[in-house]
Amino acid sequence: MGLLDDKRILVTGVLTDASLAFAVARRAIEEGAEVVLSGAGRGLSLTRRTARKLPAPVDVLEIDVTEPAQMAAAAEVLAGRWGRLDGLLHAIGFAPPDCLGGDILRAGWPDVATALEISAYSLKALVEATLPLLEAAGGASVVGLDFDARVAWPAYDWMGVAKAALESLSRYLARDLGARGIRVNLVAAGPVRTMAAKSIPSFGAFEDTWGARAPLGWDVTDAEPVAGACVALLSDLFPMTTGELLHVDGGVHAMGG
Amino acid sequence: MSDATFDKFKACAVEVLQVPEDKVVPEARFGDDLDADSLDLVELVMALEEAFDVTVEESELEGIETIGQAYDLISAKL
Ligand SMILES: NC(=O)c1ccc[n+]([C@@H]2O[C@H](COP(=O)([O-])OP(=O)(O)OC[C@H]3O[C@@H](n4cnc5c(N)ncnc54)[C@H](O)[C@@H]3O)[C@@H](O)[C@H]2O)c1
Repeated sequence: MGLLDDKRILVTGVLTDASLAFAVARRAIEEGAEVVLSGAGRGLSLTRRTARKLPAPVDVLEIDVTEPAQMAAAAEVLAGRWGRLDGLLHAIGFAPPDCLGGDILRAGWPDVATALEISAYSLKALVEATLPLLEAAGGASVVGLDFDARVAWPAYDWMGVAKAALESLSRYLARDLGARGIRVNLVAAGPVRTMAAKSIPSFGAFEDTWGARAPLGWDVTDAEPVAGACVALLSDLFPMTTGELLHVDGGVHAMGG
Repeated sequence: MSDATFDKFKACAVEVLQVPEDKVVPEARFGDDLDADSLDLVELVMALEEAFDVTVEESELEGIETIGQAYDLISAKL
């Protein structure tokens, strides 16, 4: 018996086998879930290749979260195939280079708008596109990936602002979707070496210091702790938890100095 | 450089990078000559791993800038 037996889950954000979403997809399959992945734009062929490394064959749908037509088409495919959606993993983040690097004044609105649309607004867009399917599940779970946005980090800049928006948005979605039986929670992960992480100029600085600050220590190459938390939130173990932000960071968020 | 192995290597590069075959020569630089970015390179490595049944660690990719260097890296594992 697995934690996710009979669960049908859409996992976005798998790019390489280092992606946080890849670890979630693998763990979900191991726990008995049926999984479909989605990929976007020029990363789509990479997602297809990476999908072949999962323990069971999975389909890959095209969902660029800036393309409403693609989200609608994917929802239609899922409706035909499953008729319901028990779980949705949002593992999507992007910010143009000017939005990162340690100068918050540099980026203009068009770049900031892109960062906010892809990294925060997309949670609402995805939920909206799949709403009838989530409702049909009678107890669906939406999980998103966050990087603690309470403080200013080196170089994270507008991505940090986008994460603050994502945190707030998850609470509003929790408010409005609770009555429909849909939970919305975030996992605030410590730094893990993925493609997205490598595009952040000072990621190396996080890598060096995180483990030293974390009471439990931290391995930047290990996405399993994050995957475990996501799977738990996608399961029936947290039926009365929504609007929550679960830190999987070795304990760094709780430390002062 | 064995012809058959290089041809197989070349086929991967043509498919993933979507460049004409005659551009995939040992001295071609991924960035300048083949217009490949980091996503393309990650995908190329995955394609090569599948085609040649080898594994390539991320650290081995440091300093790899040309087709010839990448080919040497793979063929050394065969
Ligand atoms: N790696 C870390 O250190 C870390 C820490 C905390 C939170 N996160 C978050 O985890 C999530 C996944 O990132 P990751 O670190 O696994 O990196 P990743 O590069 O593997 O994944 C990022 C994903 O975003 C997707 N994406 C980008 N633009 C998109 C668009 N327009 N439409 C649809 N998808 C799009 C990419 O296809 C990719 O799959 C992100 O939200 C990231 O901010 C990462």
